[in-house]
Amino acid sequence: MEIVLAIGIGVLVSSGVWLILRPRTFQVVIGLSLLSYAVNLFIIAMGRLKAEAAPILSAGGVGDPGRYADPLPQALVLTAIVISFATTALLLVVLIASRGLTGTDHVDGRELDR
Amino acid sequence: MTSLELLLFALIALPFLGSCLAVLFRVDARDGAAYFAGLIALTALALTIATYPHVTSGEVLQYRYDWVPELGLHFSLRMDGFAWIFAALITGIGFLVVLYARYYMSSSDPVPRFFAFLLAFMGAMLGIVLSGNVIQLVFFWELTSLFSFLLIGYWYQSAQARDGARMALTITSAGGLCLFAGVLILGHIVGSYDLDRILSSGAVIRSHPLYVPALVLILAGAFTKSAQFPFHFWLPQAMAAPTPVSAYLHSATMVKAGVFLLVRLWPAMGGTNEWLWLVGSAGLITFVLGAFFAVFQQDLKGLLAYSTISHLGLITLLTGLDTPLGQVAAIFHIMNHATFKASLFMAAGIIDHETGTRDIRRLSGLRRFMPVTAALAMVAAAAMAGVPLLNGFLSKEMFFAETIEIHDNSLIDQALPYIVTIASMFTVAYSLRFILDVFFGPAPTSLPRVPHEPPFLMRLPSGLLVLACLIVGIVPAITIAPLLTTALHAVLGPVLPAYNLAAWHGFTPELLMSSVAIAGGAAIYVMLRSYLSVNEGPPLLRHIKGQRIFERILITLSWRLARWLERKLGTLRLQPQLQILICVALVVGLAPIYMRGIGHDGSPRMTFDVVFAIIWAVGISCALAAAYQAKFHRLAALILVGGAGLVTCISFVWLSAPDLALTQLVVETVTTVLLVLGLRWLPKRFEKEKGESVDATAGTLRWYRLRDLFVAAAAGGGMAALAYAVMTRPPPDSISSFFVENAYTKGGGTNIVNVILVDFRAFDTLGEITVLGIVGLTVFALLRRFRPAADSIPMPEQQRAQDLFDHESGTRQRGATVKSAMAIPALMMAALFPLIIMTALYLLLRGHDLPGGGFVAGVTMAAAFILQYMARGTIWVESHLRVLPIRWMGAGLLAAAGVGAAALLFGRPFLTSWFSYVDIPWIGRVPAASAMLFDLGVFALVVGATVLMLIAIAHQSMRSHRAPRAPLTNESNIEMR
Repeated sequence: MEIVLAIGIGVLVSSGVWLILRPRTFQVVIGLSLLSYAVNLFIIAMGRLKAEAAPILSAGGVGDPGRYADPLPQALVLTAIVISFATTALLLVVLIASRGLTGTDHVDGRELDR
Repeated sequence: MTSLELLLFALIALPFLGSCLAVLFRVDARDGAAYFAGLIALTALALTIATYPHVTSGEVLQYRYDWVPELGLHFSLRMDGFAWIFAALITGIGFLVVLYARYYMSSSDPVPRFFAFLLAFMGAMLGIVLSGNVIQLVFFWELTSLFSFLLIGYWYQSAQARDGARMALTITSAGGLCLFAGVLILGHIVGSYDLDRILSSGAVIRSHPLYVPALVLILAGAFTKSAQFPFHFWLPQAMAAPTPVSAYLHSATMVKAGVFLLVRLWPAMGGTNEWLWLVGSAGLITFVLGAFFAVFQQDLKGLLAYSTISHLGLITLLTGLDTPLGQVAAIFHIMNHATFKASLFMAAGIIDHETGTRDIRRLSGLRRFMPVTAALAMVAAAAMAGVPLLNGFLSKEMFFAETIEIHDNSLIDQALPYIVTIASMFTVAYSLRFILDVFFGPAPTSLPRVPHEPPFLMRLPSGLLVLACLIVGIVPAITIAPLLTTALHAVLGPVLPAYNLAAWHGFTPELLMSSVAIAGGAAIYVMLRSYLSVNEGPPLLRHIKGQRIFERILITLSWRLARWLERKLGTLRLQPQLQILICVALVVGLAPIYMRGIGHDGSPRMTFDVVFAIIWAVGISCALAAAYQAKFHRLAALILVGGAGLVTCISFVWLSAPDLALTQLVVETVTTVLLVLGLRWLPKRFEKEKGESVDATAGTLRWYRLRDLFVAAAAGGGMAALAYAVMTRPPPDSISSFFVENAYTKGGGTNIVNVILVDFRAFDTLGEITVLGIVGLTVFALLRRFRPAADSIPMPEQQRAQDLFDHESGTRQRGATVKSAMAIPALMMAALFPLIIMTALYLLLRGHDLPGGGFVAGVTMAAAFILQYMARGTIWVESHLRVLPIRWMGAGLLAAAGVGAAALLFGRPFLTSWFSYVDIPWIGRVPAASAMLFDLGVFALVVGATVLMLIAIAHQSMRSHRAPRAPLTNESNIEMR
């Protein structure tokens, strides 16, 4: 199980890194999306994997940490998901605006003159 | 606060308060601002005098307010006899300068600003002398640098003033930084930043290995402030300031801060060879050089500037001689120099004001036009030269006596009396120049104005100061002696060395030195007369200019070096920047593995599941395909990314994170909508035309891709290995168990993740929703002024084809095809509106106990709105539904922060939560926690921010359709599909 998730994270990171090194803004947006999936999964992985142990306490009283998946990375990732949506939106808008201003979708605002 | 503490506090607070009020005067309120500032200064002087009876009895007035006691930081004021002398000089001369400035400043100058700066400077200066904590002292020290910058640059229209101000600020605040480092070391040695503790731990400080670094740093601060060689050159440049500023800063205040600190710290740090040599030699060089240079100045203020440097050198030398008697003379000369130099600056200002020039070569015979001013200036200059029956004579005699004493009996020590006598000749020479060249001789010829006496009140401050010089010089024993004794007790303790304060104490070696200096000075003056009537600056040395060297260094450092580094290391291109970033991350990640090994002591903790593996096979294919297609087919890439997102979402379910799965699902939806909206504005792919020089770049491009591929593979491989290594070993103890154990008992909810978000770590969440709100506003602001690129403005190809079809059919209205194609989805989306809202509210309400919560509910709600935009078009939605996202955001943020602040009302820390279960008729027992209200705020903000971003992008379509050159459009057809 762990090896599957690890490979998945690795491929997401590779695709993301490859894309953010490309010259077109859209590629960078897509790359960042993939990277954020990878990072979110990686953070979850830091709390170790556990199936069928959602951190929902069954009844009142003191919870037993051994019975539940680690809730801390989940809380971190929950906000990270929403924030990564916001950064994607911001990046998209910046690229639209920069495209409107410069007439190109190259990340540097101008085509390379080589 | 006792009345004495209040007095002390008021003394510091009053000038700053006055400064704040002074700026409120009208720009041309010359009298109002001046009288107000004068009143403040006079009150401060009165407060100072009121403390004298306590100070003279040996008491140390203290006021202390604990600020961060854990770090040893207190706001602490402390007034002893030595500080009192300074406070009296600062407030007294400050008052006279204000009075003088009233007449000096032109009616066209914005004087309220001037007086505001002056008062603030006075406050900062009082802060230095009254600080009981050395860090606080440094704070006020830097404040004086700042306000002196503003004062010197008051006439900012003049480039000279700007340069002078900048140089003074650079030098003195750089010195201030050194001083800061120095007092931090000092505090480390002593274990306290309290001045009293430091003064009483002299033995510890002097024997500590860090003594020399601390001393050098503190001296750097004192020397820059007091314009000691080699930092002296800022002071002549500062003469571009209005003359009242010079009279204040360079007589009684700014430059005296350095020598104040030296004398203040002498009991703790003096008495060593390092002190003797560092302080003594800096003082001696400055004294000699200053006096020598002063003779050759042609600008009246320049002469006074170099003479100030020289006298400061004299005081520093006295401190550096490292004997109690040296400190006596230093303190005495500080007072005397302040009085005669302030008076001389005022005289120079009057001359400048009345004649229109300060060039000594052009001035002559002014005695006939302004006899009173001339008399005052002559007495003050005589005091500067050390003529008997004036105060300067007394302290100079003490100085001579002190140089005759044997200190370490080195060669320089033996030569010292001769060196200082020669330097004193130059002192006499420049004083003579000031008197004879300006006031005597034939009547001036080519003056811009016909000189005459200034108004009485403009002369008055100078007159009072000269009177002080005279009285102190003639009857020191009954005037200055008690004050001096009080100050000396504060520095030297209860036992004072024997010193004789009298106008005449017989034929002594020092009297001989004085006589030689006066006679020699007169001789030098006569010899140099013809040289000086033409030349400016001393022979040979005039080409070496400190400020020139300083500017060169400054330009090299701040411009040439910076540009060079930028050229060598910087790039404006994004790709190399990201490459460097990723490579550095790779190296940082790999280094510990390389050094310590990754180790593998664990084994998989979950059993292998084929379904999970298959799902990830799909996910991996999606990611790789998206990476490939992002260049060629954007929509396909978008769908593929969605696939990878779904796999992530399913993984969250699998790995017991239902909250994340929910949130990921809705966010995924909204992100896709957003990107689809954005796709419209991207250009067609940049195709290379055939026949272009493919061969030249193809190789490079291939190499770039190969390199990027390698970097990407390395990054992915590294992350995979790291993730696997972590996942297969047992988890460490973390704070997670606290959350699991206390989510219900302390947070009142069973959904641990939600309780963490809205209760345990609510402050983080508050920050996060603030960020979200800021991003929403930024998106809105960026798009408000946005104009699409020219080639994106026409309608999309498909839509044009559809409209053309409608147009050609003749029977159909334009846009009908589009409308009918969307008819059924639109109906469904409209019908879903209330259902989605219900779902969102359901998710919000159950969030505290079951998967759900403000974030996911907010995004869901936003999805409901955006669906309506898609189904019915912007125009229809906005005429039927007022969404007002910014109000949602505001309300959300206020609610979240308000719930947090409400805890303060109950005397609990910010964001403390409260919960209980309430019985409601018909519904039953429901949880009621203040954290749920907080979650409501999160919800509202997420709705607002998400909708704002989506609408902002959606609105772009309306812009383009109104654009002029779009074919086949008219005003009736602006619906957006």
